[in-house]
Amino acid sequence: MRKHRSALKNARQELHTFRVRSLVAAFVVILLTGALMARLVYLQVAQHEVYITRSENNRVRVEPLPPTRGLIFDRNGELLAENRPTYNLTLVRERVEDIDATLELLINLLDLPEAEIDAFRERSRQRQRPFQPALLMSDLSEEQIAKLAVNRYRLPGVEVEAQLLRYYPDAEIMSHALGFVGRINAEELKELDPGNYAGTHFMGKTGVELFYEKELHGQAGLRKVETNARGRVLRELGRTDPVPGKNLTLTLDKDLQSLAVDLMDGRRGSIVAIAPQTGEILAMVSTPGFDSNQFVTGIDVASYRALQNDIDLPLFNRAARGQYPAGSTVKPFMALAGLMEGEITPKQTIYDPGYYQLPNDSRRYRNWLRWGHGKVDLERAITVSNNTYFYSLAHELGIDAINEHMHEFGFGERVTEDVHGESKGLMPSREWKRARFNQPWYPGETLSVGIGQGYLQITPLQLATATAVLANRGHWVKPRLAKEIGDREVPVDLPDTKQDITLESSEWWQDIYAGMENVLSGREGTARRAGKGLEYRMGGKSGTAQVFSLGQDEKYNADELAERLRDHALFIAFAPVDDPQIAISVVVENAGGGSSHASYLARDMADAWISDKDDESEEANGTEDDA
Amino acid sequence: MTALNDLARSMRGRPVRPPQSGMSRRKSLWMRAHVDPWLLLLLLVLMGAGLVVLYSASGQSMAVVEAQAIRLGVALLVMFLLAQLSPVTLMRWSPLAYGGTLLTLVAVEVMGDVGMGAQRWLVIPGVMRFQPSELMKLAMPMMLAAYLGRRQLPPRLPDLLVCALILLVPVVLIARQPDLGTSLLVAMAAVFVVLLAGLSWRFIAFLSVLVAAALPLLWMNMHAYQQQRVLTFLNPESDPLGAGWNIIQSTTAIGSGGVFGKGWLEGTQSQLEFLPERHTDFIVAVLGEEFGLVGMLAVLCLYLLIVARGLWLANGAQDSFGRLLAGSIILTFFIYVFVNVGMVSGILPVVGVPLPLVSFGGTSSVTLMAGFGILMSIHSHRRLLPR
Repeated sequence: MRKHRSALKNARQELHTFRVRSLVAAFVVILLTGALMARLVYLQVAQHEVYITRSENNRVRVEPLPPTRGLIFDRNGELLAENRPTYNLTLVRERVEDIDATLELLINLLDLPEAEIDAFRERSRQRQRPFQPALLMSDLSEEQIAKLAVNRYRLPGVEVEAQLLRYYPDAEIMSHALGFVGRINAEELKELDPGNYAGTHFMGKTGVELFYEKELHGQAGLRKVETNARGRVLRELGRTDPVPGKNLTLTLDKDLQSLAVDLMDGRRGSIVAIAPQTGEILAMVSTPGFDSNQFVTGIDVASYRALQNDIDLPLFNRAARGQYPAGSTVKPFMALAGLMEGEITPKQTIYDPGYYQLPNDSRRYRNWLRWGHGKVDLERAITVSNNTYFYSLAHELGIDAINEHMHEFGFGERVTEDVHGESKGLMPSREWKRARFNQPWYPGETLSVGIGQGYLQITPLQLATATAVLANRGHWVKPRLAKEIGDREVPVDLPDTKQDITLESSEWWQDIYAGMENVLSGREGTARRAGKGLEYRMGGKSGTAQVFSLGQDEKYNADELAERLRDHALFIAFAPVDDPQIAISVVVENAGGGSSHASYLARDMADAWISDKDDESEEANGTEDDA
Repeated sequence: MTALNDLARSMRGRPVRPPQSGMSRRKSLWMRAHVDPWLLLLLLVLMGAGLVVLYSASGQSMAVVEAQAIRLGVALLVMFLLAQLSPVTLMRWSPLAYGGTLLTLVAVEVMGDVGMGAQRWLVIPGVMRFQPSELMKLAMPMMLAAYLGRRQLPPRLPDLLVCALILLVPVVLIARQPDLGTSLLVAMAAVFVVLLAGLSWRFIAFLSVLVAAALPLLWMNMHAYQQQRVLTFLNPESDPLGAGWNIIQSTTAIGSGGVFGKGWLEGTQSQLEFLPERHTDFIVAVLGEEFGLVGMLAVLCLYLLIVARGLWLANGAQDSFGRLLAGSIILTFFIYVFVNVGMVSGILPVVGVPLPLVSFGGTSSVTLMAGFGILMSIHSHRRLLPR
């Protein structure tokens, strides 16, 4: 009985303990649940704004829509720069189950050569953040695309992406004038508007592509998209369409450009042709050129080295940046300076004994013809390229006047509207020499400048421009490459054009022209062989630029000099004389005398252009007759 | 089994025999079916709500919802069957259940299948694979309740040492698999039995100090991934794309839900797959995002009601075994909820604990419902004594 009682008492005691304990437990349960609820209130009420923003940022992505780059045409509507769809192979590691097997399969499918396999594998690891596609290969062939498409089901995470790439159909002949686009680098990125260039990978690096970058690029658009955690776009929430870049029509003539390259025939040098009355640059060639398409996707180091180290400097734009002594091509401009300054008149003559001597100086400055040309007036001085006449003229003008008037033709200045990277050349002056060498100007140096040697340095572009101004009777029209930008025609009268050149008597132009016409057509003309059979009136002037200076009384022998020390041949020309359609400058490096080489090139350029013009006008007449 | 016969008979329309002499009050139909209607109702509401959330969390996959519904049906069946066993039977079978489960744990240790980087599954070829550690969640409190139920309470030191042994062997084995979450839950179930049995407060304080002192030891014995979880918990931003991703995304989901939520199937975090494991361990984040604070509080209240009903039933038990077992089962159930919601909302480190009866997954649902079956058995097998 007692045992039973104590058991009962025990049971009661145990029940009591349990009740107390479970009450405590209930209290703890409520406390902990309260803690959870407090946390939820904190997250969902107090911090709601923070988290709603975070979840929106998760979900919504703004994707830039890059504009399509404007096309570039030549003056006749021939396509010079286009956008070609190319196909790239990309891979997102996160979506690939077995990366090694996938790469192995790709290598087999694409039939990669041994040498490229390692680089291919390496590229699959190159990316900045998770889920970013790594670019495995660009510019896939049709066959490769087909093979990938067939095997697509075996290749999750591998994509073939289309991309528009710049392509230059005539890269070799247009390379310097057009320039090229390339991948935007980190430094350039700092200069660009990040919003407008967010989706753009390429920008103009040189030439027209760089100068008209803003117009060609266009305005970027954007779209807001909803993505899932894997970055896959699920739907579009809104978009602003991009504004495509403007098409550009250039003043260049592809055929003339092509002819110029052919005429250079692998020699180093430059040909520039300008339409004097409109300033349109018809041809601007620097040889050798290069394949600018190589630069679009990024040229490999070895090829770039090869181009850079090439002794012929294919990457160097000689037309705009090459600096040469003008040689005798400067003489017509010197003559004009003399007329402007009133130092000479066309009819005035000098006697040339074969040399010129400065007063009180025993040194003889030689004419190229040792025994001299005898009595020489302005016209004959140009035709026979008489040095003595121009030594005397230069001395009478003095360097200050020469400097002033040469600037009026654009020497020593940037002359064009839109040629990228144009060099100023060098038009020396007393101030320049003082600053450069801390020396006074010596009278003998004026004589050198008078025949286009010495410190004087010109670019082919300057020379062609000055020739165009001369042909245009002193009327300045700024040379340019752009004919139409989008729908807008680029006007002939551009701001900041230099002042026209006026002579006391406008008849004097004819005396200059007569001298220059005789260069090609006269009995004594230095380029009379190149002028044979001319069907229109053409003026010209030859020039030889010394690369290697000869000591006094040393005889020049081209054969004995190494090829690269030989003189540069220069020639300037314009035609027809009474209605100039084309002004040309030709520089052929290390070719020897100008009369023997450069003049033929100028003649062929003029022939091509003028016959082309004639065809056009005949066609126009023809249609009129029909009507 | 008589109750089952009665039920069957009543359903066939035959008169139910009046209860045997000595019983003054008639048992209700529910009691004879050994089912607690209130608890069942609460569980069914919870399961229904869970399926609604699961449909959204699974990316609107009806197949997943059906699979889960079938599992829950099986779990309900298990609950019902276990409820028919009398507590006396359960108590008698406890040592066998414990011993058998312990043996399978050893078997897993020796030859378990490696799945998800941990040896958790035991595969009987061609028949089934199961996690013995899951069974231990029930076998452990049963064994302890059965042991302590026969002793005088509160337990004395020798008894406690035996309890410690019963606790430690399986817990260590499970922790070695390694499955820290389950081993902690098993240990919790055991600790609740001892606490409810009346372990002296002084001893509790002493043990707390001991555990605190053992923490560094535990840290050193943790696997790298477990240590990473704790570190990530302490500073999720340190590895936002790696281990911290889960916590950042789940708190973002819950926080962005606000008071009323983004609406069912409208949660961007969930539907756009920013939330990891969103139909299993992190399902509560889907709830929080789509149904907001209101939905969260409603579900938490539902859990609180279930716990309250469970504690009420435990207090109605007539012997120590029943009380201790029932109390331990319901408190462990709460620990599930607390740990899961705590980890998803970022106040506890990430341990693999599902949200009971809502997370997708079979084994845990079955174990949990088996526990509720035991609760109902303890409740419904009371002998109604005359007052």
